[in-house]
Amino acid sequence: MADIALSCEGLVKRYGDVVAVDGLDLSVRVGECFGLLGPNGAGKTTTVEILEGLNRPDAGEVRVLGQTWANGADALRERIGIQLQDTQLAEKLTVLETIELFRSFYARGLEPREVMRIVRLEEKEKAWVRKLSGGQKQRLSLAAALVGDPELLFLDEPTTGLDPQARRQVWDVIADVRARGGTVLLTTHYMEEAERLCDRIAIVDRGRVIALDTPVGLIARLGAEHVLEIECESRPDLERLRERVGAHDVRIDGEIVSLTVREVHRAVPALLQELAAQSVVLTRLTTHHATLEDVFVAMTGRHLRER
Amino acid sequence: MRPHPLLHLSKVKVLEFIREPEAIFWVLVFPILLSLALGIAFRTRKPEPLAVAVTSGAEAAAAAEALGADTSLRAKILSEDEARESLRTGKVALVVIPGETVTYWFDPSRDESRVARLAADAALQRAAGRDDVRTTALREMTERGSRYIDFLVPGLVGMNLMGTGMWGIGFSIVNARSRGLLKRLIATPMRKRHYLAAQMLGRLVFLVPEVAALIGFAHFFFDVPVRGSLASIALITGIGAMAFSGIGLLVAARPRTIEGVSGLMNFVMLPMWIFSGVFFSPARFPDAMQPAIRLLPLTALNDALRGVMIDGRALGAVGVEVAIVASWGLAAFLVALRLFRWR
Repeated sequence: MADIALSCEGLVKRYGDVVAVDGLDLSVRVGECFGLLGPNGAGKTTTVEILEGLNRPDAGEVRVLGQTWANGADALRERIGIQLQDTQLAEKLTVLETIELFRSFYARGLEPREVMRIVRLEEKEKAWVRKLSGGQKQRLSLAAALVGDPELLFLDEPTTGLDPQARRQVWDVIADVRARGGTVLLTTHYMEEAERLCDRIAIVDRGRVIALDTPVGLIARLGAEHVLEIECESRPDLERLRERVGAHDVRIDGEIVSLTVREVHRAVPALLQELAAQSVVLTRLTTHHATLEDVFVAMTGRHLRER
Repeated sequence: MRPHPLLHLSKVKVLEFIREPEAIFWVLVFPILLSLALGIAFRTRKPEPLAVAVTSGAEAAAAAEALGADTSLRAKILSEDEARESLRTGKVALVVIPGETVTYWFDPSRDESRVARLAADAALQRAAGRDDVRTTALREMTERGSRYIDFLVPGLVGMNLMGTGMWGIGFSIVNARSRGLLKRLIATPMRKRHYLAAQMLGRLVFLVPEVAALIGFAHFFFDVPVRGSLASIALITGIGAMAFSGIGLLVAARPRTIEGVSGLMNFVMLPMWIFSGVFFSPARFPDAMQPAIRLLPLTALNDALRGVMIDGRALGAVGVEVAIVASWGLAAFLVALRLFRWR
């Protein structure tokens, strides 16, 4: 198929006894932003580094832009852009010097000043990399990935460790890149990031893809769009609670009981009534729209991130 | 036309270096301070007379007077115990015990002791009436190029080329590796050999100030001669800098930590500090070791530099040494390219 930018089949990578990637299949279409969502240690980075040609799989096939790493590495490097997880660029170079250096490696690409404009670092042109904030460094690292005007862009946890404002600035840059029509493969353990940026998402756990769909499609799999979370002074009878409230699913995590429901306005009165009937005192009640986090919890019984 | 990536990488290497103030001190200032200190410590002094003890007794005064006829000796009369103690501790070079048979008590392992014995014997024999049968004349050597500082400066140039080549390259590469920068670079179309070659080319830029500062200082301050052509000196130091940069690349090819690379560097450099004739001539080591010592890159570099700078030889006369240095550099670069760990 001509419109597949990137695919892999049966990818396996072991480190000693640890299986980091365990038979993983993916297929990314040209022009889409594809997300790998999973907790730390799920095998996302190993997978991406194999796709980037920086790591060799123990088994499996990889095709990138119609080529393999074995026969087209030099040509492929010209056509892809890579942001590695926590790369630290040379501290004593300026922003412009760093971008010019990376530009010099590519036969064709963007003007360094144009790239600085895209990542919004024009004012930092002469600043040393050492003096940049975390978000600025991350955008410079994006600039280094973009300067060869890639057909395919790999972003490995582009916003990990950033504060919310810096994260939003990085998202804006990625959204701009998307608007220019590039294909993006992104890994993250932030569900907001995946929901906001990605056309399709593969949820990865323990080196395998456990679900693959659009963000909306994944949430729809829960069968209900809202989550009620409650804390009580004593443990209620969960089975009766689920029945009376009409919850799609009930799970308990420490002190917190969460119920997935279709309609909040019907579920809440029923919940209060039933707790009163069971003589259980409610100490907290929150509701939110179901997210990918809830999907992940429903599928694995674990959270994406430790709370 | 965009500049070639090799040029860009070299430029970056230079920029990173000059933005590191400590590096400037070690490369430019330190060798000058070292040559200043050593030049002062080993400056040429007027020869001091050798101290000779005469053991006390009836003939002591006459013997001391006879010895005093030679201005290179200074005689004093001591008891036998004092004389022995003075000889043992090096305060006198010789003890003369007068008598029917004059006894010379000396330490044959000390040059000055042997010289004092010959001079004292001549003085005593002459005082006793010996006539010299041949006419002799004296001529003193005062030419530049024979002093310790003249020997030292080319050695310091060589040592400095080794040190800056190794440290300058080793640290920055291991630092870049531990920060993940090398991995990031090979994720681009950059050619690996361009990166490694740029490390060596970037070094060349500092060669001119580094070598010129040291040789210029020694020339104007200590009057150290520069007899060979400057072009030859430039070529030899250039090849030397490349060679030690290559060896620096090889040493930095695998380690992941600064501690690791530091240990390895010292391990490589220590033998050359000792054997390669920086501070003293390697001729002091046993003959059996000489072939191995001659093959060390720093020995060859120092010999070539001394030959051209102090002895005024042509480049062709030190061709073997230059070839040894160049071979080390080339071999180290090629092996480094194969062994290099990029992540």
